Amino acid sequence: MNRRQFLHTGSMIGLGTCLLPNLRQAAAASTPGQARVVLAAAGVDPRQPDLKVLGSALDRGLEALFGRPAPRVWASLFSPRDVVGLKVNCLAGRGISTSPILVELVVDRLRTAGVNPGQIIIWDRLNADLKRGGFPIITEAGRVRCFGNDVAGYSRRLFESGSVCSRLSNLVAETCTALINLPVLKDHGIVGLSAAMKNWFGAIDNPNKYHDHCGDPFVAETCSLPLLRDKIRLTICDAITAQYEGGPPCMPQWCWPLQRLILATDMVALDTVAWQIIEDKRRQAGMASLREAGREPAYIRTAAGLGLGIADPARIEIVKE
Amino acid sequence: MITRRCFLASAACAAPLLSAAGRSVFPASVTVEKAGTVEARYYEKLPNRKIRCNLCPRSCVIDDLERGYCGVRENRGGTYYTLVYGHPCSLYVDPIEKKPLFHFLPASRALSLGTAGCNVFCKFCQNWEISQSRPEQLEAMEIPPERMVEMARRENCPAIACTYNEPVVFAEYMHDIALSARRQGIRTVMISNGYIQKKPMLDLCRSLSAVKIDLKAFSERFYKELVSGELRPVLDTLVLLRGEQIWFEIVYLVIPGENDSRSELTSLCRWIAAELGMDVPIHFTRFYPQYRMTNLPPTPVKSLQEARKIGLEAGLNFVYTGNLPGDEGENTWCPACHALLIRRLGYTVVENRIKSSLCPECKTTIPGVWK
Repeated sequence: MNRRQFLHTGSMIGLGTCLLPNLRQAAAASTPGQARVVLAAAGVDPRQPDLKVLGSALDRGLEALFGRPAPRVWASLFSPRDVVGLKVNCLAGRGISTSPILVELVVDRLRTAGVNPGQIIIWDRLNADLKRGGFPIITEAGRVRCFGNDVAGYSRRLFESGSVCSRLSNLVAETCTALINLPVLKDHGIVGLSAAMKNWFGAIDNPNKYHDHCGDPFVAETCSLPLLRDKIRLTICDAITAQYEGGPPCMPQWCWPLQRLILATDMVALDTVAWQIIEDKRRQAGMASLREAGREPAYIRTAAGLGLGIADPARIEIVKE
Repeated sequence: MITRRCFLASAACAAPLLSAAGRSVFPASVTVEKAGTVEARYYEKLPNRKIRCNLCPRSCVIDDLERGYCGVRENRGGTYYTLVYGHPCSLYVDPIEKKPLFHFLPASRALSLGTAGCNVFCKFCQNWEISQSRPEQLEAMEIPPERMVEMARRENCPAIACTYNEPVVFAEYMHDIALSARRQGIRTVMISNGYIQKKPMLDLCRSLSAVKIDLKAFSERFYKELVSGELRPVLDTLVLLRGEQIWFEIVYLVIPGENDSRSELTSLCRWIAAELGMDVPIHFTRFYPQYRMTNLPPTPVKSLQEARKIGLEAGLNFVYTGNLPGDEGENTWCPACHALLIRRLGYTVVENRIKSSLCPECKTTIPGVWK
């Protein structure tokens, strides 16, 4: 090794030490080979969630997930140098979209952890989706920005993972160094379940090509795109209101106030739990299971097979907060 | 012997009129919200604001606010809209030979347009940047059918070609262009994968003047693995076109190791001879590594010549090689007396000896649309 090589290596190590959060410290407090999913009670009015009550649910949920105080969790997950993308899900409009109040809380916590407002971007597929979900479009530098992929654009480069071949949102491919997944919990008329993993269809340019066979293996393979997978630090699923039939559009007759935030670092485990919640509710309502309805979300098991997380319920610790 | 320079010169006659594929000189003023104002014509309403698209054989069942496989049709509150009607993203003047249509107005110019979207997902797509995109990902123009026809007239184009992406996904726009064009004495042609349901194809046959079908292979395996489609509906379309007596030609992209076996090509040519007749032109064209199939080499020249030989042995009268400038398989020969009828060089017609649809030597009628 010559001096130049040594300095290069050394500087990279230094960069890692200085800039990147200590991800080992940040790992969820589950035992090896297990995953933890937290269901944090968020007893709020779904139409007008109380900031304090929801903030408390968020903090308690994170503490239960990581086993230490929430401010330390945020500081360990995100560095002040990070550009953090908050992927919401607003397709269905206000009835069943990520709550702007929840997003406001996440932004607040990030700012407290030292991330500048100009380095926080709230995003979804289209500006139109965001507007439907109650988010104003903001593109000015220096502020917390909020816009769709129709503004951000897509990479020129194609990214492949198994049968998936897509261009990634520039926000994922270039702009953001870290991502927070903020999906909702709902039934999906084709792939069965729309929660953590399905939300990342909003990060690719051609999700319309990937709904065959109940989205299996496409949802899992999209989530295993390295550039995407490696940036996802946390999933906070807004299940204040959930929907057990008729999705992805909002069908009020099949929505119910679950009044939970579901938190995990393991998207597969989160989706496994979310699937069970939907099935339980369908059973209570006298409906066929998703398998019987011909749309079992088999992509969850496929994702586990790809090493993206844990789908075995016996290895998932569910913590109710 | 054709030189590379000669070939490039002949290829250069494909002149961009307004835009390059996927790029427009016009500002991107067309938003998806603005674009989606024309209701789709081939769908049925289902309970709970769902719809079933009846345009292509996929028959996508689409929830409210979602799109079909093509990505350019959207369910809004239980009504289905096309997002690309009147909004091409590519517009060129091309020689008709580039489509390729060899028996249709030789040496004429075709005003050629394409939009975003496609109803299949070919791993070897040559226009994937537009075909695999959704409308909001491309800059598009706003050109209603009547204006498109006016542009064709101004550019001295006797034909308008719906091409580049898959025109099935903009069927309503194509249909209205074709109707408007017909009133002005301009023909419209469809350059398609043939993956379309019977009813819309029949409707299109009333207004179109010619169709070129990309038959991508003669095996369901190929269609499933490399196209994300099915062979059977494409064959059904070909039979339908034959029945409707509209002029059509077939292109078969020969991909090394994937669809070039002697048995597959022989079965294909025998099927064409039996079901479509000896006079349907088939073009065996050369594959170049593209999109998700950059691991393969270009088709060897020998393979194309062999494919042509198989077609001729099966009794087909007009078997061409494509993307192979200077090859004798580019030319049209009289099936009766073997006289040279049309000599081509790339997309250029060097000599056309057909007079009043007849071979000048033996007076055999040569099938096609010659004027």
